[in-house]
Amino acid sequence: MRYVPPGQPGSIVSVDPRYENYIGGKWLAPTEGKYRVNLSPATAKPICEVAESTPGDVELALDAAHAAKDEWGDRSGAERARVLNAIADAIDENREMLAVTESWENGKPVRETLAADIPLAADHFRYFAAAARAEQGSISEIDKDLVAYHFREPLGVVGQIIPFNFPLLMAAWKLAPALAAGNCSVLKPASPTPWSILKLMSVLEDIVPPGVINVVTGPGGQIGKALAANPRIAKVAFTGETVTGRLIMQYAAQNLIPVTLELGGKSPNVFFSDVMAADDEFLDKAIEGLVLYAFNKGEVCTCPSRALIQADIYDEFMSRCLDRIQAIRQGDPLDTVTMLGPQNSAQQLEKIASYVGIGREEGAEVLIGGRRASIGGEFADGYFYEPTVLRGHNKMRVFQEEIFGPVLAVTTFTDEAEALAIANDTLYGLGAGVWTRDGDRAYRMGRAIKAGRVWTNCYHQYPAGAAFGGYKISGVGRENHKMMLEHYSQTKNLLVSYSTKPLGLF
Amino acid sequence: MPSAGQPHPRLSVTPAACTAIKRLRAARGGPVMFVQSGGCCAGSTPMCFPHGEFLTGPGDVLLGEIQGCPFYIDSALDRAWNHPELVLDVADGDPEGFSLGAGPGRHFVTLSPSGPDGPPCRASGVCVGQPAASG
Repeated sequence: MRYVPPGQPGSIVSVDPRYENYIGGKWLAPTEGKYRVNLSPATAKPICEVAESTPGDVELALDAAHAAKDEWGDRSGAERARVLNAIADAIDENREMLAVTESWENGKPVRETLAADIPLAADHFRYFAAAARAEQGSISEIDKDLVAYHFREPLGVVGQIIPFNFPLLMAAWKLAPALAAGNCSVLKPASPTPWSILKLMSVLEDIVPPGVINVVTGPGGQIGKALAANPRIAKVAFTGETVTGRLIMQYAAQNLIPVTLELGGKSPNVFFSDVMAADDEFLDKAIEGLVLYAFNKGEVCTCPSRALIQADIYDEFMSRCLDRIQAIRQGDPLDTVTMLGPQNSAQQLEKIASYVGIGREEGAEVLIGGRRASIGGEFADGYFYEPTVLRGHNKMRVFQEEIFGPVLAVTTFTDEAEALAIANDTLYGLGAGVWTRDGDRAYRMGRAIKAGRVWTNCYHQYPAGAAFGGYKISGVGRENHKMMLEHYSQTKNLLVSYSTKPLGLF
Repeated sequence: MPSAGQPHPRLSVTPAACTAIKRLRAARGGPVMFVQSGGCCAGSTPMCFPHGEFLTGPGDVLLGEIQGCPFYIDSALDRAWNHPELVLDVADGDPEGFSLGAGPGRHFVTLSPSGPDGPPCRASGVCVGQPAASG
């Protein structure tokens, strides 16, 4: 099935010519009246205009959030949960509309947004609705008459800055725990993908109290600092690259506020010989597990972009993987048979082409792909790149640098020790995959790999309830788990004496 | 305009980047700084900030200066990349992260002389201190 592109006759997605910021429950024009064109990466043609905001707009959003925070923070867990569940229901009711919107703006195939991004976003709100209701403080009986009560209290207003690769799911990952813990948010979408979130807000405007979620669009160079360094935020959360992560931490240090950072990776995906011990469903799953490097066009911080394959199965295993890669259907992201859509922007496409060139220069062997894909027709100008596999060794730059595209770097290892050494030979530590039929080895490897998430006999699953975040320079803090409520709240201790006796010191 | 002294052997700049920096300096009334990023969406892109905006530390390597605008890379990133030399250039598209652009709809990029563009990058010339009139 092929969905009609947004804005065209018969499409399930309506498009306004222009979108404003969503502040205090209203659509507010940017104070300086500037707009920018928002492109679809599939065609390189405009979808709509969005506000090109300035620091004054960030201040308006903070005004609205501060006006709302006391009332929202005072609501009971049950009342907040009711709103979060209503958000989830609205996302589910608009699943196809939001899926098509996000696919058209980001380029990711609609089969992924229908099956993963949108349902996961809804589920994320439900998970934190449940967590909000189940949240409880604690009591410590210090002695017979002295009792310490611990309450969780909201931080107030938080700043959240999200990336372009999962516009709606990353918004959900950030917003759900913040709201569940009783905070109000000022959210800055990524510059290339603001529209999906504005469409989401259009279905949530009667559900979320004014000022609880505020969305300000525009380039990070203009409004990023205005939000992240603002003394009126009590926490900042960011997903993106390392230098901006450091800059945000620097701003947070100046305001003495906490941060959550998720900063990318170069994730190893390790395949031991025994995956080929039988030609069965598990082997089929493992082959798909390697090909998942092409999921979301490789624009995933946890992209399994380094495949480490035990040498004695390399030829046969890789041959079967290449057959599967050859069968990837690339093209219109709104066609449900499409597996690989366009990269998000011309910049990303250029970067990928550059890295593949670097790989060739340093002697990597191109096993498949290695060039811009020609789709033709209305997609002739889209940012498509062929799914690519480079064979080389782990010291090559294509094994060390995050390419953020459908480019797999593959190498071999002889034993478990070497597999572990290669897996950990990276600056990053966000994700990893281990594939083996040997449970003991899976456990050893999983514990020894220095990464926050080790998928074991699976990859690219992101269920709410499984903590996600980075080791090493891949980030600070965790997402996707009820422990996030701690990240988004502060502890109030009441230390209460039930004794009438003075201390006797004065 | 201060002179940054001798050309640094590890950083060179294309004429297009020279021009963009010159214009940025003129528009902002002062120098900017570059910090090489890594990882995630905009990783491998150099970030351009107002001069002094990004706090550098002992773990940051100064690769060179262009018209009084320093270019840094984290030492661990530097080791992992093992690029003997970087070339600062500009390309189409808006900047990412909190970076300043290299003009309307343009952003800074780093290339490697041994990269796919090969010799043309190396031949683009070093532009340190006073830019040539042509940029």
